[in-house]
Amino acid sequence: MTTLIIAQLTIQETQRRRILWIGGIMAVLFLLIFGIGTHYIFLEWEESNIVGETFDIVSGLLLSAGLYVVNFLIIIMSVLTSVTAVSSEIDTHTIETLITKPVNRWEVVLGKYVGFAGLLLLYVLLLAGGLILIFTLRSGLVVHNIAYGLAIMVLQGLVVLSVTIFGGTRLSTLANGVFAFMLYGLAFIGGWVEQIGSLLRNETAVDIGIATSLIMPTEILWKKALSLFQPQIATSTSFAGPFAVSSQPSDLMIQYAVAYTVIILILALFSFSRKDL
Amino acid sequence: MVAIETQLLRKEFGSKTAVSDLSLSVKQGEIFGFLGPNGAGKTTSIKMLLGLTQPTSGSATLLNKPIGNREARTEVGFLPEHFRFHEWLKAHEFLDLHGRLYGMSKSLRQNTIPDLLALVGLSDNTQTQLKAFSKGMLQRIGLAQALLNSPKLVFLDEPTSGLDPLGRRLVRDIIHDLREEGTTVFLNSHLLSEVEQTCDRVTFIRQGQTLDTIDLHTYRPEKVELTLRVGQPNETLLAALKEWDETVQFSPASGRYQLTLPHENKLPELANWIMTNQYTLYELTPKKLSLEELFLKIVSQEEHS
Repeated sequence: MTTLIIAQLTIQETQRRRILWIGGIMAVLFLLIFGIGTHYIFLEWEESNIVGETFDIVSGLLLSAGLYVVNFLIIIMSVLTSVTAVSSEIDTHTIETLITKPVNRWEVVLGKYVGFAGLLLLYVLLLAGGLILIFTLRSGLVVHNIAYGLAIMVLQGLVVLSVTIFGGTRLSTLANGVFAFMLYGLAFIGGWVEQIGSLLRNETAVDIGIATSLIMPTEILWKKALSLFQPQIATSTSFAGPFAVSSQPSDLMIQYAVAYTVIILILALFSFSRKDL
Repeated sequence: MVAIETQLLRKEFGSKTAVSDLSLSVKQGEIFGFLGPNGAGKTTSIKMLLGLTQPTSGSATLLNKPIGNREARTEVGFLPEHFRFHEWLKAHEFLDLHGRLYGMSKSLRQNTIPDLLALVGLSDNTQTQLKAFSKGMLQRIGLAQALLNSPKLVFLDEPTSGLDPLGRRLVRDIIHDLREEGTTVFLNSHLLSEVEQTCDRVTFIRQGQTLDTIDLHTYRPEKVELTLRVGQPNETLLAALKEWDETVQFSPASGRYQLTLPHENKLPELANWIMTNQYTLYELTPKKLSLEELFLKIVSQEEHS
């Protein structure tokens, strides 16, 4: 019950602080621009009579670019909205009146997590779902495994949420923000090192990429989502652009990411339960 | 019945000892003052009692339940020293949230919240967001939050620090009402005059250790300072009074002697002596030691020892 009360409070806070509305309006604006842009691009291609595999690849590139931006926005939103959730309330002593009630501390942190997870789900559905819908309607092309792919994108956000909530129980707000973004940066660059290493057949570079995926499995989840949405484009050997996936992330990696999310969250709950305030 | 019991409660932060073996007992229905200089460990002690901080060693109970236990907080209210709340909530929503956390039913919350808002003088601000509240209003809403569950035990940490004289009066009245209802109040305040007016007993602590506990209703200091005025002040009398107190002072402006007797029972003896020696006694006023003086005396005694 406490968890639900705090989850509601978390969502209410994003409404009152206008984070939800600003995020929503900007998302709609983003989709509008993507839609208009996509329409004119396809209009040009139709007039130029681009067809066949070339059409599929350039269309896939457009979808990948849109999803890439959405993915980045989801990470940013996950960090920015949750980074102050625990640490700021500790710093300002706001949390003291909450946890001196007959509640368990872990319920309060879990409630915040659930609240942010709900918002994350909404945001992914709106942005990624909206983008895929616009693309499909205009291009007539099929986007595969939509539900599974969106679920992987949500999982990616949950990974980030777990990290920021855990950081919030131990670090100041600013340090927590730096910690979360740097971890994401590490995963990002690790992903690229792996990608390039794979093309050059350099095992050390590939191993570095795998190691960073274990430290922070966000980039690998992004690649998984991309390969699910467009299996034939993302994993195409003839197309090695920025959105290509050189090797298909395994299901074991997904299981690892789920376990990672749960374990870091449990650590956060435990850490806060033991913390002196 | 005991509301709070601590035994050798201790808190260390690294090499620093914030609270050193605190042992105290607060009776149910008592208004208990918790006094000490800055850094004495008062807030850390309260935090340990409320489960905000883990004790390094020792034990304590609230309403006969071990501290840190969720059940122990069911009948406890708390107004923190730093009364920072979710400022984007409206006053009514804020109390409703805390009522839900106490597990109060919707109907009980609907009945209780307007009464509490009226009690703390915020009936006109029910729909006002807390960010628009002044410091004093925040402290009032914090007090209402501490009383939501009709607690058996309330911790008030500096409850009047942001209040004007009217607000302080209100808090005093609320504490008196709580006493009538049999609620235990654990009061931490720097405003010793407030403590003096409201508390039944006070404990003085320093460096996390109890120095002394005093019942303010029955306390009689050992030494008595007094003011004396007689009809014929002169050097002979001054010399004679030095037999009673070597440090006796005479103020020609007021015509009064100031002296200290070793015990209250010397007062009638002195009055008899004055009259036996043919002096006309106009005034013999023992001075009651204020809590502030008592505080300074006890804390400085400990420093010197």
